[in-house]
Amino acid sequence: MSYSKKVLDHYENPRNVGSFKKNSAKIGTAMVGAPSCGDVMKLQIKVNKKGIIEDACFKTYGCGSAIASSSLITELVKGKSLTEAEKIKNTSIAKELDLPPVKIHCSILAEDAIREAIANYKQKNKKK
Amino acid sequence: MKLPIYLDYSATTPVDPLVVKKMLKFLTIDGIFGNSASRSHKFGWEAEEAVNIARSQISNLINCDIREIIFTSGATESNNLAIKGSAIFYKKKGSHIITSSTEHKSVLDSCRYLEEIGYKVTYIKPKSNGIISIKQIQKKLKKNTILVSIMHINNETGVAQNIKKIGNLCFKKKIIFHVDATQSIGKVPFNISKYKIDLMSFSSHKMYGPKGIGCLYVKRKPRVRLSCQIHGGGHERGLRSGTLPVHQIVGMGEACRIAKKVIKKENEKMIYLRNLLWNGIKNIEEVYLNSDLVKGAPHILNVSFNYVEGESLIMSLKELAISSGSACTSSSLEPSYVLKSMGIKDELAHSSIRFSIGRFTTEKNINYAVKLIHNSLKKLRHLSPLWEMFKSGVNLDNVIWNHK
Repeated sequence: MSYSKKVLDHYENPRNVGSFKKNSAKIGTAMVGAPSCGDVMKLQIKVNKKGIIEDACFKTYGCGSAIASSSLITELVKGKSLTEAEKIKNTSIAKELDLPPVKIHCSILAEDAIREAIANYKQKNKKK
Repeated sequence: MKLPIYLDYSATTPVDPLVVKKMLKFLTIDGIFGNSASRSHKFGWEAEEAVNIARSQISNLINCDIREIIFTSGATESNNLAIKGSAIFYKKKGSHIITSSTEHKSVLDSCRYLEEIGYKVTYIKPKSNGIISIKQIQKKLKKNTILVSIMHINNETGVAQNIKKIGNLCFKKKIIFHVDATQSIGKVPFNISKYKIDLMSFSSHKMYGPKGIGCLYVKRKPRVRLSCQIHGGGHERGLRSGTLPVHQIVGMGEACRIAKKVIKKENEKMIYLRNLLWNGIKNIEEVYLNSDLVKGAPHILNVSFNYVEGESLIMSLKELAISSGSACTSSSLEPSYVLKSMGIKDELAHSSIRFSIGRFTTEKNINYAVKLIHNSLKKLRHLSPLWEMFKSGVNLDNVIWNHK
């Protein structure tokens, strides 16, 4: 499969690889996909008091475009408010990375991941 | 060292330079370019003679009668002709066929086609080591079984089936036995007279000959009859019409001549290199072998690298030309049906890589590959949430995955 330069760049130099402390109230964590399907994405966001995502990180098991999609989304969400981040659509990820049609799934996974991370953060902070 | 290193010899092999040299003499006006079916002039006679020589070189390699070789465009066509051709010819005798779920797509899809037109097909799942036992076949035999089609060496795993025993069983029951031997002919010494095989497919481009030419061995005594799949001028004893591609046939013949000469030594080299590769990676944590190092093919090593996805590993190993399974299925996103049939978990099937080595692979190539594999795995596992979970003691089988 031939990938775009952008996918290759994110694949070879993935941005923001790592893990935050899951239990911190500032952190929202998402784990989407399943090993049996060949894709698992873990995305974490660190949110400040103003509701702005000040940092994000990921770990991904999956093909090149799954890794690239998650790497890209960590860059996209940084500096955005939760409401802005929630609006990110998979289509913009797919377009930016020029994903081949069979790999659109990976961008959907990234969209799911950001929504789930936000939901996780909100859930944690509702209890208080 | 030339990069990338080619480790996909099961997909195809480069043509041996000696073969190319020979083939060039059979194309142009100064060469032997005639139609081998032209009986009225020297051009035709010369071409016919070249075909005859090639036919005997091919039959020499597997030790059969030259009249038992039918030229086709490759193993896919040979499998089609063998399976559809025999099923249709012997329709009156019965309509049940037995094959295995780990066959090549050209066997499986030929069987699917026959199912559409009224045949019944039993697909046997191998045991976890990839082997189909005689008992499994015996259990499925019916009174109206006309054909058993089992491959010799599997193209993804290199696992070898016991075609001797299966052949004996079929012979006793008077059932036609077809063997897809695409991965074995030219790679392992093979004497067909030692087996009860009625039909056998193989291809030139897997043994350093050109693409687009292959053979179907059709037994003469007792004679196996087939309905032809390509109609026309009655070439190849009426079984496969079409002008013979003399240059390709000559190429395949030459490839077989060379194979006969070097096969034993080459076999030893393959085993040595394959073991060198396996020994270089087997101590990495969570690495699983899907091949059989004792009874399997000398040139194929299939390995699952747990917690790393196969395609991303291939991307990362860009200095190696490798595949995650057969070339014919690599465009689909599904994990290997061959590995899944062996009962291998989806995630390990998603993490599998096939390395296949050949005539031009060197020890240096393998050592370099081992180094690259170690580095890539380190990088990708650092990136893998599954690896992180595994290392922190989470049992991934107990995790409920949030998957839409």
